[in-house]
Amino acid sequence: MTGSIKRGVSLYSFQEEMFLGQMTVEDCVAFATSIGANGIEILPEQNMPQFPALTDADVATWREMLARHGAHFTCYDMFLDTKLRKGELLSDDEQVESIRRDLERCNRLGIRNMRVLVFVRPDILERCVPYAEALDVHMGVEVHAPWHLEHAWILRTIEVADRLGTRHLGILPDMGIFMKHYPPEFRARFEREGARPEVAQFIVDQHEQKIMCEYTIYEVAVKMQGNPAEVRMAETLRHAPFANPKRIADYAPYFRHIQAKFYGMTEDCTDPSIAYDEVIPELVRCGWDGTLSSEYEGNRWVQDAGPVDSREQVRRQHVMFERLIAQAREDVRECA
Amino acid sequence: MMFDRYLIDSDSLHNTGPVQAPTGFAFTARLGYYRGLGLSMVEELEVSIDGEPLPRSAVRFDEGKGALTLDEMETCYDRRWGFGAPATISVEHPGGFPAGEHKLSLRQRLRVSYMPFPSFNFDEKTVTLAA
Repeated sequence: MTGSIKRGVSLYSFQEEMFLGQMTVEDCVAFATSIGANGIEILPEQNMPQFPALTDADVATWREMLARHGAHFTCYDMFLDTKLRKGELLSDDEQVESIRRDLERCNRLGIRNMRVLVFVRPDILERCVPYAEALDVHMGVEVHAPWHLEHAWILRTIEVADRLGTRHLGILPDMGIFMKHYPPEFRARFEREGARPEVAQFIVDQHEQKIMCEYTIYEVAVKMQGNPAEVRMAETLRHAPFANPKRIADYAPYFRHIQAKFYGMTEDCTDPSIAYDEVIPELVRCGWDGTLSSEYEGNRWVQDAGPVDSREQVRRQHVMFERLIAQAREDVRECA
Repeated sequence: MMFDRYLIDSDSLHNTGPVQAPTGFAFTARLGYYRGLGLSMVEELEVSIDGEPLPRSAVRFDEGKGALTLDEMETCYDRRWGFGAPATISVEHPGGFPAGEHKLSLRQRLRVSYMPFPSFNFDEKTVTLAA
């Protein structure tokens, strides 16, 4: 039994062009549907200038715009300003209230998945479950590097979901947790900033061998007396985990949406860093039928070297998705 | 480094006050973050000329709803600096921006709730104010 994985795009992917006023939100939606990525993930605090206000007219404008392009909403990326006031955190009640308002906005927009920032406390989310159930919105805690699927902090959310028996609290994996190879875009940027090629190669080799990052950082910073760019490059290893794709099926019941993080695609449409070739077969095998939502984050690594083309990067990722999904379905059929 | 290189719009730099006796200067800036942020969480907008920081009390911020001092921003809970949105940063600086080529820099310190430490953005542009 194989599910049908859906393809979509987070508007986060076009942050470079939107920031610079080169693309509007509608341009992003039109492009997404042109490559068959009809599911749209939004960051209201990025894409809705009037946030936190949301009038019925705003809701209608968004829904009509999406319908015009044959697109639909998949996910709402919430934020929680616990540090709104200097020197004191929001109270628990205020945190719950902020999340409840986001859940209501999801419901009004017709969005059934909400990305919850990973730092939000599981006991706060537990208090929000009744609202999520009433409004029919799944709260997915973002499993973002350096956390990973089996990190104890993530397991606390799973424990709450199991104990409550709710289908409205779970996780939302960011594929950055499957960084099998060090991104060439990172390395090139640090070399442009002064990292010596031999030191950069050492860091890449250490990552390739999955040596725990603190060994490498000490080697580079202390023993090699690395320059600032080299030390910064070594420190990126703290956020470069490679979680085991074989465990995906165990966690699939807890997620309905994936942030398909990537830093750059090659011209022949492969990802040199994130192990989609291992992840997608696992998703297909377990019949997962949520949305793979592109999250291009390469812009910040290449913008110093030339113009960013987020559209081309996202297009290539979807060529890869189609190829890997078709291949995996074929393999599953052969086994059956 | 998200959008650091785009914080200062160098073409926008101009003097303020009487033409013959400027009282300061102003420029357009953007927030170096992938989302908008409430003004109370913009902790610092440090403006420097040739690496010398100007006094915090001399700096004003206006995203279009009226100029605020940085102290006033700290308790401003109903206004936001939108994603990619231009805002005017003005600085009291008798005589205006110095003539000739100089380095103008802006350092933003943001209180981003999910990060364990403050978030810093920095941009420096070499500018020459047209006479």
